[in-house]
Amino acid sequence: MAELIKFTIDNQDCLAEKGLYIVEAAAKNNIYIPTLCNIPGVKPRGACRICSVRVNGKLMSACTTPIADNMKIENNTPEIVEMRKIILETLFVSGNHFCPACERSGSCDLQALAYRFGILNQRFPYQFPSKSIDASHPKIMKDHDRCILCKRCIRGIKTEDGKSFFAYKKRGQTLEISIDTELTSQLTDELAIKAANLCPVGAILLKERGYNIPIGKRQYDLTPIGNEIDHLEK
Amino acid sequence: MSPLINIFKKKSSTSNVQSIIDKYNKDQTRLMDILIDIQAEIGYISNESASLIANQLKISKVDVEQTLSFYHFFSQKETGKYTIYLNDSAVAEMMGRNEVAKAFEEAAGSKFGEVTKDGKIGLFNTSCIGMNDQEPAAIINGVIFTRITPYRAKEIIQDMKNGKAVNEMGLQSFGDGNNSSNYIQSMVSNNIRRKGPVIFSDYNLGKSIKKIVNMKPTDVIRDVKASNVRGRGGAGFPTGMKWEFCRNAAGDQRYIFCNADEGEPGTFKDRVILTELPKLIFEGMTVAGYAVGATEGILYLRYEYKYLQKYLEQVLEELKTANLLGTNIGGKNGFNFNIRIQFGAGAYVCGEESALIESAEGKRGEPRDRPPFPVEQGYLNKPTVVNNVETLCSVVKIITEGPNWYKSFGTKDSAGTKVLSISGDCMNPGIYEIEWGFNINDILKMVGANDVQAVQVGGPSGALIAPTEFDRILCYSDLSTGGSIIIFNSKRDLLKNVVLNFMDFFIEESCGSCVPCRCLTVLFREKLLKILKGNGVMQDIDDMISWGPTMLSNRCGLGHTAANPILTSIKNFRPLYESKIQQNKLFDSGFNLQEAIAECCEATGRQPIL
Ligand SMILES: Cc1cc2nc3c(=O)[nH]c(=O)nc-3n(C[C@H](O)[C@H](O)[C@H](O)COP(=O)(O)O)c2cc1C
Ligand code: SF4
Ligand code: SF4
Repeated sequence: MAELIKFTIDNQDCLAEKGLYIVEAAAKNNIYIPTLCNIPGVKPRGACRICSVRVNGKLMSACTTPIADNMKIENNTPEIVEMRKIILETLFVSGNHFCPACERSGSCDLQALAYRFGILNQRFPYQFPSKSIDASHPKIMKDHDRCILCKRCIRGIKTEDGKSFFAYKKRGQTLEISIDTELTSQLTDELAIKAANLCPVGAILLKERGYNIPIGKRQYDLTPIGNEIDHLEK
Repeated sequence: MSPLINIFKKKSSTSNVQSIIDKYNKDQTRLMDILIDIQAEIGYISNESASLIANQLKISKVDVEQTLSFYHFFSQKETGKYTIYLNDSAVAEMMGRNEVAKAFEEAAGSKFGEVTKDGKIGLFNTSCIGMNDQEPAAIINGVIFTRITPYRAKEIIQDMKNGKAVNEMGLQSFGDGNNSSNYIQSMVSNNIRRKGPVIFSDYNLGKSIKKIVNMKPTDVIRDVKASNVRGRGGAGFPTGMKWEFCRNAAGDQRYIFCNADEGEPGTFKDRVILTELPKLIFEGMTVAGYAVGATEGILYLRYEYKYLQKYLEQVLEELKTANLLGTNIGGKNGFNFNIRIQFGAGAYVCGEESALIESAEGKRGEPRDRPPFPVEQGYLNKPTVVNNVETLCSVVKIITEGPNWYKSFGTKDSAGTKVLSISGDCMNPGIYEIEWGFNINDILKMVGANDVQAVQVGGPSGALIAPTEFDRILCYSDLSTGGSIIIFNSKRDLLKNVVLNFMDFFIEESCGSCVPCRCLTVLFREKLLKILKGNGVMQDIDDMISWGPTMLSNRCGLGHTAANPILTSIKNFRPLYESKIQQNKLFDSGFNLQEAIAECCEATGRQPIL
């Protein structure tokens, strides 16, 4: 049996197998730590910072930090909750998120987290950045308005020989995701579906296939995000 | 002629690109070098070049573009036969940079960010180029021009119109020291104002090597640890401990990086050390290599210092000839160490050690998640030491003179000396090597600064200090700094000319991965602008303070400190903010109807009755 590590989250004693990241270890103890960029089973990349927790007093991303013996982790403290709200709110104002018209409404992680954190209004001014929709690809559409640049598509979708379909372009506030035009033929239907599902928001959409599941019956319409882990709502 | 100093860039041709790709053996990890060479030779990296590189390196084209589009000095469009990169740092602006920019624009007949219609002249802004003591300065086709006046700017453009070569444009007088050597021939000055007992003291080439060949590597580490030397790049990590971690980490190869990215605005001491004491740096890398068991060293040099390339390569050759690099160094069997130079391409964040490693591997300079640390998994995932230029120089003296000698300088918790880069409003900007323990007042006296309103310690990522705190001392436990000191006199508008400039810098330089670093910085800036425009209220100041802690959730030091210009100036200069806000108002959206419809009014020629 794998070695067990003892640690605490918000003063609750926890146990988990050695080698797990804090996010995973917390889930094993029915504690939910929100994530946006994390993909279970894929090497984490700490891009969104929403999973930030205090580890022995120091802020660390819970998705990239392995648990260690006697770690004292703060997760659901007023300070951390406020930080997560700021991260969510800045994401909303830095893109153009018109949820009611979005194909992913109800199954969008960003929207679901906003509900979970009770974000009802905005403290930040909307930036209304001017962004485009890239519909040049035969199978998928890339809506830059909704992209939160979480890198899931970059990390999760590769060709058979490991080449990237997606990559970052530029940096800072001009950062965006681009799709490779020379590998188009290698993006199979299966991969396209995987990419659309992997995207936490409605930034990668399958062409000619909108609104499959009616609003009201989508993932987070049925159970709030994280509920499968901490069962806050029965 | 070094490839960057090319007077007439060649037309794009596939065979050129192909030969460059072949030169680096189609190695993915050398993508930076491939792009740098293509940029230098052809002037830009075309779509076809990107496809060819992708195809030959067996990576996807988006991955080539990911690296390519990240760096400031790579371009996917033509940047002009003559490309002018004019520094836009705060100090450059204080020294008249905006007037120079205007003169360039008027003479060229085009704007910054553009290339003239005939394709001859491109005008571009760039972040601090490490010449703060001789601003306004620009890089023109790889040649550094310092102390540019508006008149000089017009002359330069005229010379370009006449087709003159850049290295003939009035570079008759070269700078002091090695700046005038045949391999550099630059007008850059060293401005070494004060030589201290460690870095700028007498140096006997190879003495430390002679000593270590009779020591065990672990004994070298023991001495470095005993000296209490800590990193000079800013973070102040104990150097001996870093080496020990690296030596003890599992791996079949190890690497030594010298961090010469020197991107923090206001820092230029590494440039001077690279110019005057390159052998000391390379000797330090070699000592580090011996101590941790590495056979390869890489000097990561910022692109802005490309004018030093030929000179540094020549120095490396000399060291090989002297058996101070190469195989069986110092006559010791199996002591092998080689050094290559890796250029960056314009990205401040690449000074962060893990971003630097990513960049050296041919990728965008995005910092890694830590742990694992570079000493465990660094370059090519092997244990790697990254040390600042000055740290490595100190080590050589520690070995030759002993840890106790070193500890006799400085304070109890901060051993040794620090080389400061001092610029801004003072009589004698330049390089000062002082012992740790000086306070700000001592420094102001030393450099001849009067009527001082504020001092920026540690560059934009550091703190803006007010006169009430000028008795604070420079050391790791109080004012720790990588060495950038910028002085502002009472005539400067701190918020508009300093704080806003620094915020623009971080927004421009963020790698963009972390949400607060990418988005919240922009919102901070917008709030500052609101206050500067007179629309601010008290709540706006408090809002910014309340957003501050979220910046600490970012992945790297850039994001941790990116709001420091605002946060430290609110802390130390709050009255400046309060004097700009509306006193009798609790709320102001900052929305101005007049402004919002101005464009409309102009287009229709009508004015609303408001
Ligand atoms: C945004 C950022 C930029 C940095 N730039 C530099 C730099 O230009 N030079 C440098 O030596 N260290 C720089 N550092 C610090 C390095 O990450 C690293 O700590 C240092 O190179 C280690 O060397 P030292 O221990 O000898 O100081 C930077 C750090 C950050 C976060
Ligand atoms: S497209 Fe979707 S998965 Fe890709 S970075 Fe944007 S939000 Fe993330
Ligand atoms: S803090 Fe900023 S620069 Fe550093 S990794 Fe995050 S986004 Fe990039």
